[in-house]
Amino acid sequence: MSQADLSIHGQVSRSTATEIMTAPAFSVPAKKLAMWLFIIADSATFAGCLVAYGFTRGATPNWPRPFHSITNVAVMTFILLSSSLTMMISVRAAEIGDKAKAFLWMMITAVAGILFATLHLREWMGLINEGATLFHNPWGTPAFSSLFFSITGLHLLHVTGGVVALIAVGISYKGGRYQADDLEVTGLYWHFVDLVWMFVVPLVYLMNLSH
Amino acid sequence: MTTADTPKNGGMTRDLIVYVCLLALAGIQFVIAYQDISTSQMFARMMIVACIEAGVALLFFMHLSDSRGLRWFVLIFTVTVIMFLQYGWTDAFRVSNGVPWAR
Repeated sequence: MSQADLSIHGQVSRSTATEIMTAPAFSVPAKKLAMWLFIIADSATFAGCLVAYGFTRGATPNWPRPFHSITNVAVMTFILLSSSLTMMISVRAAEIGDKAKAFLWMMITAVAGILFATLHLREWMGLINEGATLFHNPWGTPAFSSLFFSITGLHLLHVTGGVVALIAVGISYKGGRYQADDLEVTGLYWHFVDLVWMFVVPLVYLMNLSH
Repeated sequence: MTTADTPKNGGMTRDLIVYVCLLALAGIQFVIAYQDISTSQMFARMMIVACIEAGVALLFFMHLSDSRGLRWFVLIFTVTVIMFLQYGWTDAFRVSNGVPWAR
């Protein structure tokens, strides 16, 4: 009896044992696992920023409430949430091998991302025109504008990176270089950006509305 | 058939329902913003809604509901990261209050 024919406890055959040894950790493909690792690490970064913001806001009397309207942020939220749906449509199309549809919806997602970034910059410009800079603002506590621009800037950076990734992966997928699972991994990142926004909006915008 | 060829559970109908739920939850946050309540109450209510939103997005848009292995991985790794982050607390208190338990 050769070593290869040995079974573990008489139940697991050699082929099954090999499958167990070579199977991806937690039965998750390596690309997906890597993206999840990144997402968890990045969540810690955002959590750190938001906790610091909450701590500073709570400890500062007369925290500024400079936002008069929620229209812009409501539209931005709607666009970002809708872009998650368009990303899902793209991933679903890729799963059934419909390359053209997957590419089209991925590009629509990218356009939504660009639109979101444009509205974000418009929001920034409004505050800058009112006199807010990174270290100064006309409403009092300088920490407000420092934290506002840092947190929303970090998110905007993620959106911009996501748009670049969507376009690059979409084009490579259409060209046959990337597969459907690459689209799914990119989609994971995009949903994460959306998820972070769900916490940024109430903390940074909605709780600072002037009533 | 690869993983990518296998259609995920639910399909587009489920995605649309999840999308509408997320929009509704986001809408609730905007309604809370106009309620006449204290800052701490507003914070608590908004965070509860945000956590539900995040949970729905994680489970359905990010496919955590489809993969048991992934759920365990995310749970174990997230808890580990959160535990290691607690290392910073002692330093944070030292900055504001001096070395903890100095007496």
